[in-house]
Amino acid sequence: MPNYSWPPMDKRRIMGQRISRLDGPVKASGRAKYNSDLNPQGLLHATLLTCPHAHAKIKSIDTKPAEQMKGVAAVRVISKEGTEIQWAGTEVVAIAAETEAIAIDAARAIKVEYEILPHLVHEHDLAAAGTRARASGETIEGDPDKAFADAEVTSEGEYGIPVITHCCLEPHGSIVQWSGDKVEAWPSTQNVSGFPGSLAQPLSIPATQIHVHMDYMGGGFGSKFTADRWDVEAAQLSKAAGGRPVKMFLDRATELTIAGVRPSAYAKIKTAAKKDGTFTGWQSQTWASGGFAGGGGLNATLFPYVYTKVPNKRINHTAVSINAGTQRAWRAPAHPQISFLCCSALEDLAAKLEMSSLDFFLKNADLTIRPDVYRAQLTKAAEMIEWQKNWHQRGDKTAGPIKRGLGIGVNTWGGLGHASACRTTINADGSVAVDLGTQDLGTATRTMVAMVAAETFGLGIGQIKIGLGDSRFPVSGASGGSTTIGGVTVSTRKAAVNALGKIFDLLAPIMNVPADQLEAVDGRIQQKGNPSKSMTWLQACAKLGTQTISETGENVPRDAPKEGLINQGASGVQMADVSVDIETGVVKINRIVAVQDCGLVVNPKTAESQVFGACIMSCCAALTEERVMDQTLGRVMNADMEFYKLAGIADIGEILVHMDITPEHDKKGIIGLGEPPAIGGVAAIANAVANAIGVRVPMVPLTPKRVLGALSNRRMA
Amino acid sequence: MERFEYANPTTVKDATELLGATWADAQVLAGGTDLISLMKDYVVSPKRVVNIKGIAELGKITPGTAGTQIGATVSLDDLTSNRAVRAAYPSLVTAALGITSPQIRNMGTVGGDLCQRPRCWYFRQGYGLLAMKDGKSLVPNGENLYHAIFGGGPAYFVSPSSLGPALIALGAQIKISSPTATRTVGADKFFVNPQSADMREVDLKPNEIVTAIVIPPGVTKNATYEVRQKEALDWPLATASVALKMTGTKIASARVVLGHVAPTPWVAAGAEKWLAGKSIDEATAEAAGAAAVEGAKPLSQNEYKVQLAKVAVKRALLAAAGKAV
Repeated sequence: MPNYSWPPMDKRRIMGQRISRLDGPVKASGRAKYNSDLNPQGLLHATLLTCPHAHAKIKSIDTKPAEQMKGVAAVRVISKEGTEIQWAGTEVVAIAAETEAIAIDAARAIKVEYEILPHLVHEHDLAAAGTRARASGETIEGDPDKAFADAEVTSEGEYGIPVITHCCLEPHGSIVQWSGDKVEAWPSTQNVSGFPGSLAQPLSIPATQIHVHMDYMGGGFGSKFTADRWDVEAAQLSKAAGGRPVKMFLDRATELTIAGVRPSAYAKIKTAAKKDGTFTGWQSQTWASGGFAGGGGLNATLFPYVYTKVPNKRINHTAVSINAGTQRAWRAPAHPQISFLCCSALEDLAAKLEMSSLDFFLKNADLTIRPDVYRAQLTKAAEMIEWQKNWHQRGDKTAGPIKRGLGIGVNTWGGLGHASACRTTINADGSVAVDLGTQDLGTATRTMVAMVAAETFGLGIGQIKIGLGDSRFPVSGASGGSTTIGGVTVSTRKAAVNALGKIFDLLAPIMNVPADQLEAVDGRIQQKGNPSKSMTWLQACAKLGTQTISETGENVPRDAPKEGLINQGASGVQMADVSVDIETGVVKINRIVAVQDCGLVVNPKTAESQVFGACIMSCCAALTEERVMDQTLGRVMNADMEFYKLAGIADIGEILVHMDITPEHDKKGIIGLGEPPAIGGVAAIANAVANAIGVRVPMVPLTPKRVLGALSNRRMA
Repeated sequence: MERFEYANPTTVKDATELLGATWADAQVLAGGTDLISLMKDYVVSPKRVVNIKGIAELGKITPGTAGTQIGATVSLDDLTSNRAVRAAYPSLVTAALGITSPQIRNMGTVGGDLCQRPRCWYFRQGYGLLAMKDGKSLVPNGENLYHAIFGGGPAYFVSPSSLGPALIALGAQIKISSPTATRTVGADKFFVNPQSADMREVDLKPNEIVTAIVIPPGVTKNATYEVRQKEALDWPLATASVALKMTGTKIASARVVLGHVAPTPWVAAGAEKWLAGKSIDEATAEAAGAAAVEGAKPLSQNEYKVQLAKVAVKRALLAAAGKAV
């Protein structure tokens, strides 16, 4: 059995270095072509006619005016007469035409008659939801009644976080060409290897006949795991148009309306503690909506988040079905909402105890899943945000309208690598290829694979040719749930070690050194520790003559933890320092600090970059981002980039990231990082605002309206 | 968007003659930052688009003893980088710099800022200026977070113009041309609160264009304060522009104009009256803010804007007086 283990921390030459992402220059200069940028010869442009009503039955569809239009190549009805539509934006007809403009004109020419039915698009008022609300039963642990009766201090509060959308910069969609018995697809997907499988069934052709290409993609966040209706329609339109390629990417309004949302979460929470700060009881009644199916994902086992050992709990949840676009996974499904609800309620409890939330957390760290890790991370984050100097009891008492405050949010996530296979090829000319059917979502997967391969082969990072984004490469999992880095690094490592083993076998008799005594370092193959007995990589590969080495490696999640290369269970802490103008309710972020562990860190620079991005997303969700729906119209009012507000560079403050790199964490192996830093930021910012202004703003985003509302309620009380 | 005919005149006369008797006949294109998206969303679908960027005389800033004349197609970026404008009219420059991003200031024009259409999301989704569905306004019981707190009914949108309040406060005149005549209207009369869906929110006929703005000299202190949720690529939630004629340390006369709170820039007459004869300090500014929002009629979701307008007035006054805000 070859030794696949990572080189010891102090012996790594490339892994662990701060290496800029390999595709940075082509992306920054616009030379990188995303699939939505491509315009192959003979291209037809497709669009969707969508339903403007939140709940309706289709009485009739007349597509003739579109079909008769010059330049229209194909028209397909997606939702047939009689279909009951459950949210505005539902796809009704797909059209392909010679130009985008003709396709849009054709869509507008189609006549659809609807029978309009009653709808509900808001879930924040649970009482108004009536039969649309479905309670999922109560979970009790310990004796919550006694805990609250015996409590020396209790705190109660209401909290809410609305639906947000994924708002991918590159919208959902694809270019598809179905000619003869073959389908070529250029989608924007988080799942290159799995895409053929999800397209095959609706097209009724074997997945083996579907070939997927994707070099780059512009954001998915969990919303692009499978072929969607519009991808299927692009294929069907292509077939109907005689095999011409069809481009179907959603327009911005449709993207924000139907291509995925993160569910809302609302809660009434009661907490109990002893006077010394010991956390003794939790009670939560939550409700949420992820669209028509209800959903929301607020699983009872996830409360009260990292405090898994709180002895007494009562947990209730209700899912509300509304007539709105359906939920999809969003960076750490359910966790950002639950972290916000729990960390907010505990910040309020700490305030009631007149304790700092840092002291409260440290006092109760033993009740969490990873006491020592959180203690160390909180201490580090506190140092970075100057907690001792800047913290004050709730409500900044300094004069003037600007009030400053600090807050904490925490995260936990799994992040075990997914199934992945990789093939490495060594040619006699010394060139090396590494191929795997994964995808680079912008997270630097390509760079990670190159680093692991270069480390293993003892070569420079530029000497490895990386192939990904092609479904004909060995199968790799979908990029979701922070599973990619673990999967691809293990499969790459194994494939590279296996290929190197073949080279060593070939060279052993030539160099007169046993194969297990050879190593690859600094572009040479040598006797271990003895550069005088060596040959260059090129000389070594030349010995292949007419042969080529091709080896595979595989990550099998079930076996991975015992191999020690990868692991699961990441933790992190975020703290925010904010200033709030109490005359206008405008919140400014001064600083966000993030301390994050993810086991062995392959590239600290790109890891930090992941955390920066997550902190920025947290700023958006905490301060500006919210789907607004109108109950009368049943539609999204801000399905655009104007009133669907995302933070800009001037709105995010200073972000400091500390990757928690220690020999102890390193020994755990590689753990995924995509989700965890996206979890705690909203809680940290919301808590900092409460600390600044002396009162909880129950609902995020913390708009001037809500901040002023919370302040005026306090003034009235 | 619908098909249209494109015209590229080089004189004001040609341009106005290319316009039509109704708004559906033709629309004026300058920077295009608003018109193009309106057309792409089918909110307006003119038969002809008349580009006025090729009319050289509209693109100039001309200082003079009677005041500064700013051509309608002067870009917001040129406006904010003009030395004379910066020295005399800081309130106008602050308002223009609040129009984000730099790309929009490069393309967008002074005339376009005055003539752009409301950002009301009901208007943009095709429910007209009055946001009507089944004979009823969607706004009072709808998503009115950003809507009017003054002058509401039957229209509830807010005037999107950033420069309008500053120009009214500065006493500017708007020059307008039709194929047969030219006229001048005070900036305070230019904006119209439409009483029916077929009215326009500015005093223009379908065959007229704004050619220039003339700002008189003589105002000594002026400032604008904008309350914004985001720094960039966002509309202010409420603004105030003030211009003060001083006698020594006392205010001889004041103009106080609110933005983004009503279907037109909103002259806060109560605050203007109250300020006469006062000198500016924190307490005066605060009281003027309170006077400015008297009579506000917030909707179900936008009571917070009353407070924002009040603070904007206070801070604009303090800024005009050169005091820390």
